[in-house]
Amino acid sequence: MAVEHPDRDAYTGYLTTGHEWSGLKELNTPVPRVLYFFLTLAFLFSVGYWVLMPAWPLGVTYTKGLLGIDQRKLVAASLQDAALERSVWTKRIETEDFAAIQSDARLMTIVRETGHTLFGNNCAACHGADARGGPGFPNLTTNSWLWGGKPEDVFNTIRVGVNSAHPDTHVSQMPAFGRDQMLPRQDVIKVARFIYSLSHPRADDVDPAAIAAGKAIFAANCVACHGADAKGNPELGAPNLTDRFWIYGGDFDTIDTTVWGGRQGHMPTWESRLSQLDRKILTLYLVDKRIPPE
Amino acid sequence: MIAQLTLIERQHAIMISAAIALLGGLMILAGRDDLMGVHGALISAASIIMIFRIGGSYYAPPPSEDRLRHYYDDPSKVGIVLSMMWVVVGLAVGDWVAWQLVNPDLTFGAGWSSFGRLRPVHTTSVIFGFGGNALIATSFYVLQRTSRARLPDQVTPWFVLFGYNLFCLLAVTGYMMGITQSKEYAEPEWYTDLWLVVVWVTYFILYLRTLARRKEPHIYVSNWYYMAFILVVAMLHIVNNLAVPVSIGHAKSYSAFSGVQDAMTQWWYGHNAVAFFLTAGFLGMMYYFLPMRAGRPIYSYRMSIISFWGITFFYMWAGSHHLHFTALPQWVQTLGMTFSLMLLIPSWASAGNVLLTLNGAWDKVRDDATLRFMMVAGVFYGLTTFEGSFMAIRSVNSLSHYTDWTIGHVHAGALGWVAMITFGSIYACVPWLWKRERMYSPKLIEAHFWLALAGTVIYVFAMWNSGIVQGLMWRTYNESGTLAYSFVDTLVAMHPYYIARAVGGLLFLIGGCLGAYNVWKTIKLPGTAAEHAGDLPQHVVLGAGIPQAAE
Repeated sequence: MAVEHPDRDAYTGYLTTGHEWSGLKELNTPVPRVLYFFLTLAFLFSVGYWVLMPAWPLGVTYTKGLLGIDQRKLVAASLQDAALERSVWTKRIETEDFAAIQSDARLMTIVRETGHTLFGNNCAACHGADARGGPGFPNLTTNSWLWGGKPEDVFNTIRVGVNSAHPDTHVSQMPAFGRDQMLPRQDVIKVARFIYSLSHPRADDVDPAAIAAGKAIFAANCVACHGADAKGNPELGAPNLTDRFWIYGGDFDTIDTTVWGGRQGHMPTWESRLSQLDRKILTLYLVDKRIPPE
Repeated sequence: MIAQLTLIERQHAIMISAAIALLGGLMILAGRDDLMGVHGALISAASIIMIFRIGGSYYAPPPSEDRLRHYYDDPSKVGIVLSMMWVVVGLAVGDWVAWQLVNPDLTFGAGWSSFGRLRPVHTTSVIFGFGGNALIATSFYVLQRTSRARLPDQVTPWFVLFGYNLFCLLAVTGYMMGITQSKEYAEPEWYTDLWLVVVWVTYFILYLRTLARRKEPHIYVSNWYYMAFILVVAMLHIVNNLAVPVSIGHAKSYSAFSGVQDAMTQWWYGHNAVAFFLTAGFLGMMYYFLPMRAGRPIYSYRMSIISFWGITFFYMWAGSHHLHFTALPQWVQTLGMTFSLMLLIPSWASAGNVLLTLNGAWDKVRDDATLRFMMVAGVFYGLTTFEGSFMAIRSVNSLSHYTDWTIGHVHAGALGWVAMITFGSIYACVPWLWKRERMYSPKLIEAHFWLALAGTVIYVFAMWNSGIVQGLMWRTYNESGTLAYSFVDTLVAMHPYYIARAVGGLLFLIGGCLGAYNVWKTIKLPGTAAEHAGDLPQHVVLGAGIPQAAE
């Protein structure tokens, strides 16, 4: 080119549009063909998709699509298929008794797999992912069951809950012996020392006379629920005080706090939230997870 | 600042502030039994401070007529400073909540510090505080220069800027007190929403008034995008926030929509907030600052047109891809998915247009971290729009939806695209605005660039991993046909990625702090440089060698 056009960009060779905004210019480069190609491709794909699938509204209805696909029907069908596929074993768990299921290794494999997910999604928030509980929530891997450890008992507890809204709920309350002035402060301390000594027989920092005094107070106030041997009563949800498992903590201070202020735990009812099958799987899962007695 | 206002403008400013103070007073009165009263007190206090500020300079000598020969840049300057303040706060809160996800006990047991309240503080601070202030500041800057017209008056821009920041402040303080309407990215309650309507409509009118005064025959691309941003955000904001308060004295309100209509309206809003707040506005920024900094003409005017109309048209339909496999009728989902796919073409045309603009200036990209910020922003814009269209496909969405993949996608856009283009534009614009030779420390910009890039990459990779692991665990079945993993199992699997994400966020935060420090030190630099090219509305000859707009 003999004469350079003033609006020609030296680098690309394209002309500018001839406008300028405070030093900014734009080139008049044509739109690359490939852009139209992909735009057409995307549009054609969309048209194809609209023809095959539900797509455009038509007043009170819509174009249903040639494939006749409906997401609700698809979900319903796949749920039905899944239920059918599972029915091979779900029917057996629903109908057979606990002992029969427990003795079937194949069924118990399913119980362990499925129970793990059910427990994680419904129970782990309180009882922990490993079912070992935490302050205020019982450890479920021990043999120390508040409301009985037989499968039937566990199944029932899951169904009705503890201090829950269910009409048949387990009801349990540990009175606030100190706060409600059923025992003077000194007696609370004495009985707490006695209770502490039950699970810590070797504790040598405890005065035998104080323990004897505590034992007398225990006999007068606590045996109705916890029993003369302090081993608890699953009928009342009263915990065993002689073992090493504690809901709220087995150190002296926590025992003292418990006797002083009382306790009332809560577990929801699962009857309306989990199917009978799920609750039965959970029961079997927990009973299976239990650490064998020492 | 106030010395630039004429006497009559000072009077107007005082009257407007007094009216707002009165409004705050009425809110205190009406909301005395409610948290709304606290917000009334905040509004009153802010406007009374404003009255005292203006009153203090009321008798200052009036500004010289010479000011009209320059653009009105004070609001842009304050907007950029506010933007940098919001970004430090927003990123810090963001990283804090990322650590909360690593360790959920980091709450001090207080309501305000819970994840549910702090998370919207993070999103509002970075999107509206940082992004919004940067958009307002740069839109004033770009609008005046590309129109060769000064803003029509000196009160309206301040009303828009301070009014908008008052909105942000009401929003984040409200969240911490528990005031929210629980709509994502539209959490503020009815009175805060109404206030934003007033501010936003004023913003739009101000934009139109300035454009009407323009001395250029054509409207530059950036202004198309800024206008689309202002207009559509007004529309989205008003419709999605239609609600009835329980009483005039209570913060709580109920949405005009319910059920699936509510969901659809929310995601029509939500996705177009991404489109018109986080895309259109920042494209406006990119179309000005990138070619300006590179010293290159825009690659193709024709591609600008195709992308602009493609983006504005297709985005409007895409929102329903947020509701795949929900109660939303399937035909609406189909439209959302197909329009999201078509949207990819104009999006890539935009990204391509700005990246091709750099042809002939790639040596500058190598040497100049500011331009590199903008280039990387363009790349992330392309990556994120591709990912977005991909995730809108039903079968992909069935894996990605509700997982951390979505969080990763959003942050590829928010960190890689929105924040990078903003930092680049601010680094370009600050020396021009304050008449400095350059930024205080180019080395700090370089450090900021690498921290931001590393932070973004770590964040996005962590969330891709976490999201896909999570999505796959959710759909894994045992042989017996039951789910293999509980929700808790997925959290355990995601924990390491949460730590990586928080580390990535920390790098990004450190970069943001360096940026704020650098901007502050640049403002404090002594001495002034010559006017930037095209920095005067009139064709006055500043000196030889400075290019001037030719008509």
